[in-house]
Amino acid sequence: MAEERAPLLEVRGLSLAFGGVRCLDGLDLTVWEGEVVSVIGPNGAGKTTLFNVITGVYPPEAGEILFEGKSVLGLDPHQIARRGIARTFQTLRLFLNMTVKENVMAAAYGHTRAGVVRSVLRTPGMRREEREIEQLAEERLAFFGDRLVGYRWRQPAYSLSYANRRRLEIARATAAKPRLLLLDEPAAGMNPVETHEMTELIGRLREEGGYTILVIEHDMHVVEGISDRVVALDHGIKIAEGTFGEVATDPRVVEAYLGTSAAERK
Amino acid sequence: MSLSEGPEQPRIGVDEWVASAEERRARSPLARAQDAIERVPAAVKLVALVVPFAVFPLFVDSAYLMQVGIDTLVFVLLALGLNVAVGWVGLLDLGYVAFFGIGAYLYAAVASEYAGRYWDAAIAIPVIAVAVAVSGFLVGLPSRRLVGDYLAIVTLFFLQLWLVVLINASWSRGPNGISDIYPLQFFGRQVTSLDGYFYVALIAFVVIISFLYLLNQSRTGRAWRALREDELAAELMTMPVSRLKLMGFAVGAGIAGVAGAIYAPVQGAVFPANFDLVLLITLYAMVVLGGAGSLVGVTVGAVLINGLLEALNDADNASWIFYGVVAIALIALLRPWWQPIAVLGSTVVFGFAVHEIAEQARPSLVGGATFGDSRIDRLVDSWVLLPQNILTGDGLPTGWLGRLAYIALVASVLGLTLVRSHLWRLVGLVPVLYLAACVWANLLVSQPAVARFVLIGGMLVGLMAYRPEGLFGKQRVEIV
Repeated sequence: MAEERAPLLEVRGLSLAFGGVRCLDGLDLTVWEGEVVSVIGPNGAGKTTLFNVITGVYPPEAGEILFEGKSVLGLDPHQIARRGIARTFQTLRLFLNMTVKENVMAAAYGHTRAGVVRSVLRTPGMRREEREIEQLAEERLAFFGDRLVGYRWRQPAYSLSYANRRRLEIARATAAKPRLLLLDEPAAGMNPVETHEMTELIGRLREEGGYTILVIEHDMHVVEGISDRVVALDHGIKIAEGTFGEVATDPRVVEAYLGTSAAERK
Repeated sequence: MSLSEGPEQPRIGVDEWVASAEERRARSPLARAQDAIERVPAAVKLVALVVPFAVFPLFVDSAYLMQVGIDTLVFVLLALGLNVAVGWVGLLDLGYVAFFGIGAYLYAAVASEYAGRYWDAAIAIPVIAVAVAVSGFLVGLPSRRLVGDYLAIVTLFFLQLWLVVLINASWSRGPNGISDIYPLQFFGRQVTSLDGYFYVALIAFVVIISFLYLLNQSRTGRAWRALREDELAAELMTMPVSRLKLMGFAVGAGIAGVAGAIYAPVQGAVFPANFDLVLLITLYAMVVLGGAGSLVGVTVGAVLINGLLEALNDADNASWIFYGVVAIALIALLRPWWQPIAVLGSTVVFGFAVHEIAEQARPSLVGGATFGDSRIDRLVDSWVLLPQNILTGDGLPTGWLGRLAYIALVASVLGLTLVRSHLWRLVGLVPVLYLAACVWANLLVSQPAVARFVLIGGMLVGLMAYRPEGLFGKQRVEIV
């Protein structure tokens, strides 16, 4: 671990309960610039809740979240997104009745300026800005080869296939110009070929896009293929952390997934 | 193999098949027409909308029709403003009419004998637009986090509050209203003629629809559409949802304010009763009929509804519209072509039979005449039951048949929706249509004030069943 770099994201003692259910319980997590970190754990372990707390959807009951060394607690979700944290959703949440290109352009809201008056007067600055975000959208969509380019730009998002919707969600998140990308089960529901593609894509997102990536994933082949580090959660507690090999063989992780007796047999 | 469309065609359900769904949709003639309309440049659409209005005063020399024209333009402005909140931002705003009222009363406050002031409209209208937009902002402030039903209740409460204040406050002169409002005056020149007011309203329309079009084609418009699709996703994609909603409220309110500032001097008086729920419902009908979200659609919707409401005030027109709508609906909905003809023919034959039997049984049942006296009313006289409109000695009150038939009509329409077989539906349609004609000739034609709302309501219900996105609206897809 390169200790001289500052951590991009630092989560300390994060706790949140819904009613009597503790979703997050004193969770610590550090993500360094340029890393790909996977969060794994059985259903209900608190993975998506962790994403929701980091992005400001739920306020935590206790703990601290530092992004680039500054606290993001108490900020509205759109302010946190503007600081540089963008995400995708486990249950796809595209703007279905907008075109593919508009979906991506909409996410550029945070780094564009034109207000009502400038928009209506079509000032040169506003027009330049529009051209820029249109270019940005085309560029982000071109990242996925020829799947989301050309005539697809003008198609409504609802006409896309499931796998393409997942790709569009990633394109949309990157258009917000984030430093940290949170991907919630990017390979869920994909066939083996598409899953393999997604694995390569996450690698390219880091290499070419320069994003730091925190990813929730259930497919262990994907996790193995992409992760620098793996963090395993169960009942909102971090039960293991390390390389894929270390975490996959950790008895507590095996127990969380398969139950006590399986862990003992091992 | 039975599911695939051929060796080159992708199998149903695979990526390529899903991706080509839009192309398959585009093959239908209706969708092609819609796409063609969409490709027309905005400037051409604007001209196409404005020209019919611009030449309207040249062909009209009745003061009544000019007044209708001005009212229609005011309705168009109001519908355009309502469309911002409802069609673009996706907020169910039931307090909208209050902003129209605030605009009208503000004009009364800056240009009336009662207020003792006479502002130039070139100053008054922009100031009122901004002031009402600010009031929209303030109303939105406590309710901006509310969604759906809750927002509807809060805004409806605000409208009622506004009305109660208007009726009881002394500054607004209560229900008597303010009735000595000065006419609009631009740079010292008063607008005196109805034509003048019409063109003022038309200029306001051009400015506002252009403003809205340009705003919609910007990052703000995009963000509004995005948050209407998915609020949480929009917020997490850097869009400040609360602030955007407030902006939508304020822009819509400002436009309603302009409409109020034109409406007040045209009428010369403002009363609390001008800004009630009936107006709100009419405006919603315009937006929904034209297609929420579409500027062209909302404009056409407002013209259609206001035009129909005026036309239906006249019993002759109303009869033509009623029978015409029924015939067009049958032709549009029944395929192939001989089915609507068979149904209409059977209805008339059925009518003659009933008429004959009734005449034999009790001549007073067919002894009356319909209130309407257009040619089409004469046509139905001979086969629709029309009892004498006097007490017939049976102790039955005037108009009893119409009321009875109305109840029977509603019941039989509901019954008809339960019938599964197409053939039996056709058969069932015959007595239903006959009942409808009886209701119209006996009851509704003599009461245009009620009939017009019943008819427009029925047409809206029918349209919503077959085209829920409205005339010019875009079909929305919701996948959970």
